[in-house]
Amino acid sequence: MTNTLESISLIATYSAMAVYTLAFILFTVDLAGRAASDGQSPPTRWLRSGMAVLLLGFAIHFGAVITRGISAHRVPWANMYEFGLTATLVLVGVFLGINIWRDVRFVGAFVSGFAILALGIVAVNFYVAVSPLPPALQSYWLVIHVCVAVLGTGFFATGAALSASQLFQQSREEGKLQTRSWRFLAAFPSSETLEALAYRIIVIGFVFWTFTVIAGGIWAERAWGRYWGWDTKEVWSFIIWTLFAGYIHARATRGWRGRPAAILSLVGFGAVLFNYGIVNVFFKGLHAYSGL
Amino acid sequence: MASRRPSDPASLQPVDLADSTSDFDSPDAPRKNRLDAPISGPKLGPLEFVRWVWRVLTSMRTAIILLVLVAFASIPGSLVPQRSSDPNGVIVFRDANPELFQFYESIQLFDTFTSVWFSAIYLLLFISLIGCIVPRTLYHWRILLAEPAAEPASWVRLPFRRREPAVGGTAASLDLAEAVLRSAHYRVVRNDTSIRAEFGYLRETGNLVFHVALVGVLATLAVTGGYGWSGQRVIIEGQTFTNQLASFDSFHPGSWFSEQQLEPYGVTLQSFTAEYTQDAVNDAWMPIDFTAKVSVAEGDATREVVLKVNEPLAAGNSQMYLLGNGYAPVITVRDPQGTVVFDQPVVFLSQDSNLTSIGVVKVPDGLSEQLGMQGFFYPSAVDLDSGALSSNNPEPTNPTVTFNIYTGDLGLDSGVTANVFQLPVESLTQITGRHTGNDVMLTPGDVFELPGGLGSIEFTSLRRFIGVEIRHDPTQMGVAISLFFVVAGLLASLGTRRRRVWIRARGTARTPELEWGGMSRGDDPRLDASLDRLVEKTLPPSAAKIRGK
Ligand code: HEM
Repeated sequence: MTNTLESISLIATYSAMAVYTLAFILFTVDLAGRAASDGQSPPTRWLRSGMAVLLLGFAIHFGAVITRGISAHRVPWANMYEFGLTATLVLVGVFLGINIWRDVRFVGAFVSGFAILALGIVAVNFYVAVSPLPPALQSYWLVIHVCVAVLGTGFFATGAALSASQLFQQSREEGKLQTRSWRFLAAFPSSETLEALAYRIIVIGFVFWTFTVIAGGIWAERAWGRYWGWDTKEVWSFIIWTLFAGYIHARATRGWRGRPAAILSLVGFGAVLFNYGIVNVFFKGLHAYSGL
Repeated sequence: MASRRPSDPASLQPVDLADSTSDFDSPDAPRKNRLDAPISGPKLGPLEFVRWVWRVLTSMRTAIILLVLVAFASIPGSLVPQRSSDPNGVIVFRDANPELFQFYESIQLFDTFTSVWFSAIYLLLFISLIGCIVPRTLYHWRILLAEPAAEPASWVRLPFRRREPAVGGTAASLDLAEAVLRSAHYRVVRNDTSIRAEFGYLRETGNLVFHVALVGVLATLAVTGGYGWSGQRVIIEGQTFTNQLASFDSFHPGSWFSEQQLEPYGVTLQSFTAEYTQDAVNDAWMPIDFTAKVSVAEGDATREVVLKVNEPLAAGNSQMYLLGNGYAPVITVRDPQGTVVFDQPVVFLSQDSNLTSIGVVKVPDGLSEQLGMQGFFYPSAVDLDSGALSSNNPEPTNPTVTFNIYTGDLGLDSGVTANVFQLPVESLTQITGRHTGNDVMLTPGDVFELPGGLGSIEFTSLRRFIGVEIRHDPTQMGVAISLFFVVAGLLASLGTRRRRVWIRARGTARTPELEWGGMSRGDDPRLDASLDRLVEKTLPPSAAKIRGK
C-alpha cells in the first residue's frame, strides 16, 4: 500500500515535470511572439494556455507531494528530496498566487523553467525511498520550521526571477541588449515596476525567513539544548537573513536602488541555493540528516 | 496637541535615506544626497570631522555595507571547524594540516564568531544602529505629538487628486469626510474649509521597535550570557547524577559563573530503551525512538520522568537534554584467588550505526601487574569472511566483547589527567588479543583466564548508558522577549502604509465642491484604490454608482 503510493508520487513528479515543460514552451512562444511586436500586443492565447497548463502541472505536482506525505505518514519535507519537491511546489504556487494579486505572467517562462530544473535535479540526484524519522526530527517544530522555510524559499525564488528581469530590463532601457534575442524583454514591465514587485515579494520572503530562523532556534533548544550554536546550517540561515536585510535597506537608500539592490537580491538567493544544494550535501554539521 | 511639526528633521535622519520621513514631511524641499555634499569645504575642523564621521557611520550606506560584511565574515565559520560547535574537528584539522592550522589559528578562524574581526564588524553595525535609531526615535516622537502635516504649497505634485460636488454644502460634506477618515483610523484636523489627515504612524513605530529589539537581543546576550553554564555527563543505568561541579565529565562555565548557581538535585537513570527499524533503501538500521526513564530527586520529592530527544527535563534552574547513548558492558576482574579487584560497567563509545563500540578498561590495583584492556563491543556479533567480527544490528541480539590486553605502567600516577578512552599502548606489553594467537572473545557470563596466572576477566552483564547535556541558559527569556518585538515590529512596519490626505473646499457657493489630495511615503500601488474608496463613502449612493460605471 505504502509502496504503491510512493511510486504514484514519483510518477506524478515526473508527469508534473513533463507538464511544466509544456507550460515553459507555451510561455516562451508567447514571449517570442510579443517581442516580435515590440511588446505592444496584449497577452496572447499562448500566455493564457501557458498559465492553464502550469496550473495543471501544479495540480499533479500537488498530488505528488500529498501521496508522498500519506505514504510516509508525516509531512513530506523531512529530507532533501522531499524538501525540494515541496519547495518547488510552493514556488509555483506562490507564482500562481501572486498572479491573482498582480499580473506577473511574463516571468512564467522563468518560473516554469526553474521548476523543471529544480524538480529534475531533485528527482534524479536526491531521490530516496520513504523512511521513518530519526528521533531528533520527531517534533512538530519540524512541521513549522521547514514549512516556513519552504514558503520563504518560494518567495525568494520568485523575487530573484523579478530582480534578474529587472537587471536585464534596466540594461535594455539604457540602450544595451538591443539584439534580437533580447527582444522578449519588450513584453516585460519597466525596470522600476519590476523592482517594486520584486521588493514586495522579497519582503514577504524575509518575514517567512525570520520565522524560519526563530522556529529553528526554538527547535534546536528542545533537541540540542541550545537555541543557537553557529552550526553550518545556522550560519547559512544567518547569512541569508543579513543579506536580505541588506537588500531591504538598499531599496531605501539613495544610490543603492536599482542595480545594486537587485544584485544584492540575487546574491541573497544564491545563498539560499548554496544553503540547500551545497551545504546539505558537502558540509558536515548537526543538520546532517538530509537523507542522502 | 497643537505642537508644530519639527522644523529641521533633516539632522535626525540617516543622511542618505531615500523617501525619508523628512522628505515626506517637507515634500516641497529639494531632494539631494546630503552624504555626497561637502559639508564645509575641503578643510574640516576637528568638530566637523567628528560630525562627518558620525554621519557616515550612521548612514544607510554604512548599514548596508556592514550587513553584507557580517554575512561574508560568517562564511569561514561554516568552512572551518569551530571550537564552539565542533572542537573535535579542530583537533582533526590540526593533526592533518599542522602548518595551515598555525596560520588559521593566528587569524582566529577556529573562533570566527568571537574573533576580533567579526566582533569589530557587528559592534560597528550596532553602534551605527544605535546612532541611527536614537535620533529617529526622537524625531518620530515629535511627529507623534504633532498635528498632521499642513497641505503642500502645490497640489500639482500630489499623486492622488480628485474633485467631487459637495452635495448638501461644504460644511456637511466636510463633516462626512471627517467621519469617514476617522473611521478609517486617520488622525484628523478639521478647519472651516479644509481637513488634513494622516495615517500609518505605526509604520515608523514598528520599524523603530524592530531595530530597538535587535539591540535588545545583543544587550541580553552581553548582560546575561556570562551567567550561563553547561556540562556533559554520561549516566549508566542505575547510576545517579548529582548536580554539582564534581559530577560532570566536562563543564563550561560562563565568565561570571559561581558554584552556588548549581541547584542541588539528583537524576537516576532507571532504564534506557532504543527502538530501531531497518531502512528499506540501504538496509541500514535507523533509530526511531530513544526513551530514558529517570527519577528526579529534588528537595524532599522524587518524581519519575521520561527523558527523550526533543523533550528535555527541567530540574533546578537547568535543563537536561538527551544527546547520546550506547552500551556499557559490566566487566569483572578477579585475582588468582578469585577476589574481585574490578567490577564496573564500562562505557563503550559507538563507532557506527550498528553500534560497534570501543572502550578501555584500566585496572591499576589488585593484580601483580597493572592491566589495561582495549575493548571492542558488538551488540549483534557476526563473523565476517575475513575472520573479523562485525555487528549487523544495533540491538543486543548477540552481545560480544573482544579485548586486546596489555600489562605495564598505565601512567595514571604521572599527574597528567589521563583520557579514560585512551590506553598508552606504545609503552605497554600486549599479552593477549589480536595478533597474539590468543583471542579474547566474551559473551555475557563468559570468563577468560589471563595468561601467566594473572587472574581472570568476566563479561558479567550488559547495561546501557545515556549522554546528557545539562545547561542553564539565562539568555533565553530576554532573547525570546526581544525576538517577539522583532517580529511584531517587522510585521507592523511592513504591513502599514503611511498616507496623508488633505481636503479643501472649492467651487462656488452654488456648486460647492471638495477637492481631495493624497500621498504616501515610498511606493504605494494601492494609494489610489484606497483613497477612492474613502471618497466614495462620502458621496450619496446615486453619485457613487454613476461614478462606479
Ligand atoms: C543589525 C542590523 C540591522 C538589521 C538586521 C536591519 C534590518 C532592517 C529591516 C528588516 C528593515 C525593514 C523592515 C522595517 O521597515 O521594519 C529595516 C528598515 C530600515 N532600517 Fe534597518 N537594520 C539594521 C540596521 C540599521 C541601521 C544601522 C540603520 C541606520 C543607518 C537602519 C535604518 C533603517 C531604516 C531607515 C529603515 C526603513 C527603511 C524603509 O523605510 O523602508 N537599520 N532594517
